[in-house]
Formats: sequence, structure tokens, C-alpha cells
Amino acid sequence: MKRMTIVAVAAVMIAAAVSAQSKLTVITTTEDLASIGREVGGDRISIEAMARGYQDPHFVEAKPSFILKLQKADLLVAVGRELEIGWLPPLIQQSRNTKIQPGSQGYLDASLGAAILEIPTGTITRAMGDVHPQGNPHYWMDPENGKRIAKQIADKLSEIRPADRAYFQQRLADFTTRLDAAEKRWLAQMAPYKGTKVVTYHRSFPNFAERFGLDITGYVEPKPGIPPTPQHTLDLINEMKRQNIKIILVEPYFDLKTPNAIGRETGAQVLVMPPSVGGTKAVTDYFQLFDYDINLLVEAIKKSGAK
Amino acid sequence: MRSAFAWVAAAGLLVGSASSASAQEAAALRQEIDQLRRDFETLKQQYGDRLTALESKLAAAEGAAPVPAAQPPATPPPTTPPAAEVPAGAAGAGGPTGALPVYGAAVGGAKVFNPDIAVIGDFLGAAGHNSVNPQPALEMHESEASFQAVVDPYARADFFFSFGEEGVGLEEGYATLTALPGGLLTKVGKMRAAFGKVNTMHNHVLPWTDRPLVTLNLVGGEDGIDDAGISVARLIPNPWLFLEATGQVYRGDSDELFHSSKPSDLAYVGHLRAYHDITENSNIDFGVSVARGHNFAGIVDGTDIGNFTTTLYGIDGTFKWKPLSRSIYHSFTGRTEWIWSRHQQFGGTQKPWGMYVSGDYQLARRWYAGARLDRSGQANDASLVDTGGSFVVTYWPSEFSQLRAQYQRTNYALGSTANQLLFQFQFSIGAHGAHPF
Repeated sequence: MKRMTIVAVAAVMIAAAVSAQSKLTVITTTEDLASIGREVGGDRISIEAMARGYQDPHFVEAKPSFILKLQKADLLVAVGRELEIGWLPPLIQQSRNTKIQPGSQGYLDASLGAAILEIPTGTITRAMGDVHPQGNPHYWMDPENGKRIAKQIADKLSEIRPADRAYFQQRLADFTTRLDAAEKRWLAQMAPYKGTKVVTYHRSFPNFAERFGLDITGYVEPKPGIPPTPQHTLDLINEMKRQNIKIILVEPYFDLKTPNAIGRETGAQVLVMPPSVGGTKAVTDYFQLFDYDINLLVEAIKKSGAK
Repeated sequence: MRSAFAWVAAAGLLVGSASSASAQEAAALRQEIDQLRRDFETLKQQYGDRLTALESKLAAAEGAAPVPAAQPPATPPPTTPPAAEVPAGAAGAGGPTGALPVYGAAVGGAKVFNPDIAVIGDFLGAAGHNSVNPQPALEMHESEASFQAVVDPYARADFFFSFGEEGVGLEEGYATLTALPGGLLTKVGKMRAAFGKVNTMHNHVLPWTDRPLVTLNLVGGEDGIDDAGISVARLIPNPWLFLEATGQVYRGDSDELFHSSKPSDLAYVGHLRAYHDITENSNIDFGVSVARGHNFAGIVDGTDIGNFTTTLYGIDGTFKWKPLSRSIYHSFTGRTEWIWSRHQQFGGTQKPWGMYVSGDYQLARRWYAGARLDRSGQANDASLVDTGGSFVVTYWPSEFSQLRAQYQRTNYALGSTANQLLFQFQFSIGAHGAHPF
């Protein structure tokens, strides 16, 4: 009898160990995807992002340490729309992991189920700067797309781990409910300031602007990916004065010299506004990203008194 | 009783013949049905094809048909369930169905399988004096054309052709097998050997306009070890760092370094690479390499009498610093490679060595400044040592073009000291795949 008990206890322990080991390993390219994935996957997955939120996601170095992460991944979630074109393909290729090759079950391009803005029409050339031929990849800056990303991740996790389908779908439903409530709150916060004109450094905020009623009238960059030029800066200053634009949004990874100079000339406030989870210390998850950004904006708009 | 038997037999015969008749009929019917089914399938196929053709024509006519479809519906109420809200076009834009994004012209379905094509131009200018290694005043040095795509679920292919002013060469052309078991990354084709760092780099990713003296003197000239062969690389699992071992077998023909006189004169390259992140902003990369092959020294009147070999040993170290939150503005790369050669020839083995040390600092988003120190013995006479140094300034108008100026002073063991000012303009078009770290 004693022996039986020992065997039973051992069996339970082994089973527990196996189920603990069998957490799905998910790697995402950005912290936003990791935050959403964490909401959906809960304790059944371990999830980690490659790029940091305070880093320009277009220019991440394809470090060999990322290869080690990808080698063990069951699922790779990418932003897509060529955001990671400069660094992700060689990493996937060197990962020696057949599960996460594009087209395999363990590769998820989260943009395929999201609403994408700024898909270029007609002829595009690089004379337009570093344009994304498949549309603007900063689509996660809209909570509606956040829900779509969550649904895709939940479906993908359920596909890989059918036994946990109910768990993932339950967590997805819970996340969606909480995000809906939060979105209502954010929309209410921003409602009085609908149509506020702003200038941004890079084209990182079109989805955010559309959802929360900002009017982006210009960019510090003359063209996407091209650093500010004196002539463009001068034109922008004149335009901002003409339209009485009092807010400049800058992603944390851009130099503040030119935005500050424009701010001094026009009296506009320069806001360092994170477009990603982890963009600043206070923003540790997807909800806080919008909390932080919207509070920042509302405070600034109130202060400027402009509309 | 007898008659009863007869009756039964007759009835049996009748039934038998009747059933055989019905079986024949059924077979005929089945055939007919099959024929009909085939006809229907063909028809369906034809209509399907026509429909696809029409759709793509429509897409072409509208310029960017998928765009309006992919736009989200005008500010939907936040309470709408997201599933219902995802526009049909969103899934299609980028997926294999429906019309595809239009890049400048109408895109037919089959074109999506075209490889990524890019061309990188390398325009060089030289001023000053160099009697040993003279360079033309102006030169379209090399244009690299690349074709890269996935072959099938098991492999991808990368081709790099270098177009000189006179001829075309296959710089690299290989398939990478991505689905082999055992974590083996295998390449088959012609490729730059994994000997050190500079040997693996294409011209356009070098931080200089030229290659270090040690490459020119000991590793076979500008192209280095670049040969047809098979490469296998495996990660060595360990809890501390990234460790990768590479083993390569080549035919044994590499520029002025290796020469294969018979099929068994293969060349071998081995490389061990260790990489470690010191912090999230800095990392260190260390490698040891060995290469061995037959050389030209023993060839007299076209026959390899000497059957001599050259063995190269190399170590390389790279330190990189790039603050993540300002990664597009500042960075530093410090690098060194040391190479020892064992060059067999008539009269004994020559044991020259060479090295370079370089540093490159990114001053601003578009500006880089760097320096390099060179020292190298000559492959067939270790007592002849060339030394040199360079200062480099690089300006990037965009990610796709770069301007570079390099001042270079070289003290040649044979010949006078060379002072040169080198200029380079590089420009790229098309979709060039990212290079490995």
C-alpha cells in the first residue's frame, strides 16, 4: 500500500512537471504584442518580446541572442506590414526552427486580421521616403485593433493547443470586455477635444488619431524615415503658426532637438508620447499605454487651450 | 423432381444473365457519370480561371482595388463585436487571395512568387599615388544584383551577382535548407566562406571603401575565400552564450589563395563563433577560424608537382555598442582580426601573419567616422611586411544610399609609400534582404 502511494505521488508529480514544462513558448517582435498575448495566454504560455518599447521597431539589430530565443519558440507573433523587414527575416532563417517559418503553423502575422491605414495607392517609389508598401504598420495604436490582435493570438494558441481552447477563449472574452470598458472611458476623455490638430515626428499615430479624433496635420520628418531638413522645418513652423497647432508628438526614440526648436518658435508643447508598451517606464501593459498617452494629451490640450 | 431441378437451374441462369446485363448497364452509367463529373470539373476550372483573370483585370483597372476594402469602416461604434467588424478586405490584403497590393503597376497573381530583386551600385573614385595596387580615377567598381526567395517549404535561395565594368561573376548563389532535423543550418552552392568576419561580408556592408591589407595579402585578394561547396552550421546548446560551429567543404578554388588541380584537392573551412550580450546596449562577438586548401605554388607547367597546401588560422573579435533608445543616432563598432598563414612552397613553408584593428563611431543619424590600422606579411615571403592606416567618413542621405571618403596611407615592403584619397558612392534599388548581424 505504501509503495502504491509513493508510485501515485510520483506519477502526480511527474504529470505536474510535464504540464508545467509544456507551457507554450511565444516570442513576439514588439512589447505590444507580448502584452496582448499575455492577456490571452495567461499562465499556459511564456511570452517574451524581442524589441524594447523605447526602441525604434524599424531598426532593431538582428542579434544572435534573438536566434536562441526563436530556436525554442512554439509561436512567433510579428507586427507585419514590413515593419520588421530589416531584421526579422535573417533571424527566422537562422533559427533552425521549422515551426515558426512564415507559412507554418507557428508564425502569426497579426496585421492580417487588423484594420490597416495608409495603404499606398498608385505608383510608389522610394522618392517618397521609407514608405511601407503594405500600409502603415503602427496599427496596434487603436484598441479596436488590439482586440483583433488578441483574437488572432487566441485562435492561434487554440489551434496549437486545442486542449486549452476554452481557457484561451475565456481569457480573450475577458480581455475584450475589459478593453471595451477602457475604450469607452478613453473615448469619453478625448471626446471634448475631437479635431485637435497635432504634428507628429513619424507616421506612428494614424490609427490612434483616427480612433480618438486627433487631426494630424504635419510631420517633423519631411518624408517617412528621412531626418528633418531645415527647409521642411521652416515650412512646418509657418504652417503650425497659420493653423495655430500647439502640440507636437514625438516617439521616445527620436531626437528632441528639432521638435524643441519648433516648439520654441511656435509655442507648441513637445510631448514624448510612447507608441508602444515599454516606451516609458510607467507603461507596462497595453491598457496603460492608452491611459498614459491619453492623460498626456488631455493635460497638454487643457494647458494649451488650443483646439 | 428432376424437372424441378431443371426449372431452378433455368431460373438461376436467367437471373444470372439478367444480373450480368444490369451490371453492364451500371458500369456504363458509372462511366457516363464519371465523364459528366470530369466535364463539370473542367468547366468549373475554366470558369474559375476566367473569374480570377477578370478579378485581376478589374484590380488592374482600378489601380488599387484592395485599398478601399482594407480601410476600416468609418469609425464603428466601440461596442461592436470585433469579429463582425473586421473588414473582409483586411484579411485579403497581404494574403494569397483576392487582388494584391499594387506596387507601381498592375500585379498578376503569379508575380508574387518573383524573387526579391535589388541592385546595389558601387562607384569608386581614387586620387593620389599607389604604384603597387593602382586604382582607376573613376570606376563603377561593382554592381551587386541580388535575387532572393523561398524555394519551397524546405529551402530558400539567395543569389548575388557582381557586375564589374567588364564581366559578371556569381559572387554567391546558394540554397539554405531550413527544415533539416538536428538543428543543422545547411547551405549548398557558391558562397563566401565563414572565415572570420570580413570574408563573409559583401562589399556594400563594409565600413570602408576597400578590404584590409591582410585580406588582400593572405586571404586571396578582394573576393577572399568564395567557392562552391556545402556548409553546415549547428548551435551548441549551453546556458551561457550563443555558440555556433560551422563546417564547410569547398571545391578548392578561391581567387589567388586556393587552387584545385584534381577533384580530391578540396578546401575545408571551420569556424566557431561565440556571442554574448553584455548589456542590452552592448555585445561582444568572438570567433576562431581555420581554412585549408591546395595552393598555386607547386604548379610547374600546368602540373601540380609540389602538391602544396596553405592553412590559415584566424581569430576575430567585435565589440558593438548601440544605446537602444537612441539606436538610430549613435553606435560604435570596434573590430579586429588576426590571421596566421602556413603557406607551403618550394624552399619551405612561409609563416606570415597579418591583422587589422578598426573602430567606427556613429556621430549622428547620418554621419559615421572611423579608422583602421593594417599590418600584413606577404603570403609567399613572410619577411615582406606591408603596413597602413585609413581614416573614413561616411554620410548616409538615406537608408538606400551612402557617400564615403577615405584617406589611406600604405607603406609597402616593395615599392614606395602610397597616399590616396578614395571616394565611394553606393546606392541601392529594389528589395534587398537584410544582412545577418
